[in-house]
Amino acid sequence: MSTFLQQLINGISLGAIYALIALGYTMVYGVLRLINFAHGDIFMLGAFMGYYLSNGIGVRAAQSFMSNPEGSAFGRLISKGLLGGTTEPSIITAVLIMLLSMAICAGIGLIIERLAYRPVRKYSRLTALITAIGVSLLLENGGQLVFGADPKSFPQLIQSQNISIGGVTITNQDLIVLIIAVLLMLLLQYIVFRTKTGKAMRAVSFNMTAAKLMGINTDRVIAFTFALGSALAAAAGVLVAIRIPKIEPLMGILVGLKAFVAAVLGGIGNIPGAVLGGLLIGLTETMVVGYLSPTYKDAVAFAILILILLFRPTGLLGTVAQEKV
Amino acid sequence: MPFIARNLIFVLIIIAVLFGLDYFLTNGLGAIQLNLYIVRIIMLAGVAVTLSVSLNLINGFTGQFSIGHAGFMAVGAYSSAYFSVNYGVKIAAALGDGYVGAFIEYFIATIIGALVAGIAGLLVGVPSLKLKGDYLAIVTLGFGQIIVVVLNNIEAVGGARGFSGIPIVKSFFWIALVAVTTIIIVYNLVNSDFGRALISIREDELAAEAMGINTTRYKVIAFVISSAMAGAGGVLFAHCFDGYLNPKSFEFIKSFEILIMVILGGLGSIVGSIIGAIVLTVLPELLREFDQYRMVIYSLVLIILMITRPQGLLGGFDPLKKWRARRADKSDAEREALNQ
Repeated sequence: MSTFLQQLINGISLGAIYALIALGYTMVYGVLRLINFAHGDIFMLGAFMGYYLSNGIGVRAAQSFMSNPEGSAFGRLISKGLLGGTTEPSIITAVLIMLLSMAICAGIGLIIERLAYRPVRKYSRLTALITAIGVSLLLENGGQLVFGADPKSFPQLIQSQNISIGGVTITNQDLIVLIIAVLLMLLLQYIVFRTKTGKAMRAVSFNMTAAKLMGINTDRVIAFTFALGSALAAAAGVLVAIRIPKIEPLMGILVGLKAFVAAVLGGIGNIPGAVLGGLLIGLTETMVVGYLSPTYKDAVAFAILILILLFRPTGLLGTVAQEKV
Repeated sequence: MPFIARNLIFVLIIIAVLFGLDYFLTNGLGAIQLNLYIVRIIMLAGVAVTLSVSLNLINGFTGQFSIGHAGFMAVGAYSSAYFSVNYGVKIAAALGDGYVGAFIEYFIATIIGALVAGIAGLLVGVPSLKLKGDYLAIVTLGFGQIIVVVLNNIEAVGGARGFSGIPIVKSFFWIALVAVTTIIIVYNLVNSDFGRALISIREDELAAEAMGINTTRYKVIAFVISSAMAGAGGVLFAHCFDGYLNPKSFEFIKSFEILIMVILGGLGSIVGSIIGAIVLTVLPELLREFDQYRMVIYSLVLIILMITRPQGLLGGFDPLKKWRARRADKSDAEREALNQ
């Protein structure tokens, strides 16, 4: 029983990460009807940004701040936090690095949207899809060139501890990852359903032409959607690196695919659906690894995909879109 | 001339030309003797043509987006290699280890590879092509990944160590024959009623359906044919080179290479696919020292091409169109003359 509970927590923690990435897929699909293949690679970039922030840049910034005691309090906080390996690891360090990585990747997402996706928006959807694959491969191979193809070990941002609650032992990392992911999802929920920009996003995803006619700047909304999705993917990247501290430029392919399956499972374009799908995929995968065999780990998501396409192609929470001529 | 006789002569001419080329490549012509490296590249280009033309059928003409072509190639390669190693060698021995035995063994292997890949295509195609939209892309992508994982874990075909000891038939003739057959099949398909249905699906699936076309059926058939031909390409890959297969050769990068051949040449242009396949096989060999930048350049070219010329360099270009139109005119005139 306790093993089951442990697996359950593991699964939910993994599922929360899938959900974060799936949200980006589903939001972009919602507004553009585009499978953003590059999304999984933004996740990879997020992890690498976290790596460089906590290693090289962080240390250098810290040195410059130390040589200049007049530095602002915030600067000192960042530099102290970003020292990562040299000072003791802390949650604040991890969160700071995650936020910075999110900001950088949101920027990258904006650039990609502006340079690659916006120019092809006027062509067919197939063109956009091919462009997305091009961007994805550019990030993967460019990543191998810039970061090096060999796996890197991610610095330990949070000291690993085992917490036992009523006979169930879980690591504090899993718990923190879960909490941060849930907080981010709540934040997204707030942005999409409570703010004006969120309203505009929903309007664009409902009907882009009508939204345009109502005076919504669709270009800006789409750009915002990309930035938001990329930031969530980057957060997922850092969180995954905290759980499994080995990162490499191709790590985004499989995770991205599974997250996409999660989005389809929940009903693509549907935000709560992406969260549900992510949790289900994470749980199923953990259970299969725990009780059947680790060999099938990567096949689980695709088996689910085939089943969902056969029996309920709109996804669990999706609604049938009436096709108008 | 009667239809059958004309086609028979056409086939015989092709076979004769291919035999001539085969002889030239292996034995040279007088003082001209190509070295083995160049022969190998020409043979690789032949395999690439098979793959890119077959992918063009589904991506270019039907407008569905398959990105797991290497997966079907792998299915064809491994199934035919398994057959050749376990049964084919015996068949060839029973027929006397001569040219005829090898030819028959090879013929059966090709059929088996194509058939198994076609069945895989059916299994992948039916659930994903029932739906409109981009599901095929994601399912084929997943299939491409899974097949590598599966092959890595099947011990009967060597697993991650790779599958070695496949009987080698270093024959340009066979590669060219499969490539030419693929081209002829695709050419005839897209210029038939069937092809018109496919093109109408590409242009507007809803309108095609309204015109009474069973879109799912046509899409699935086109996809299965395309997969089977990819399987045949895999058979060539398995038997004509090193007699060794490794799951690594069939990873997503391979699918992407085939895809970029098709897109660079032009979606919906057979000539474009052929040129794309040849150029993208020869070019990397010439640019060996830039190998690490190859994929970066490919992906950049792809993005820029999509922004500036989304139909590809030769998209919609068909040099035989005029000839065909003239011939159609002529046959119409003949018919009219007969009627009068």
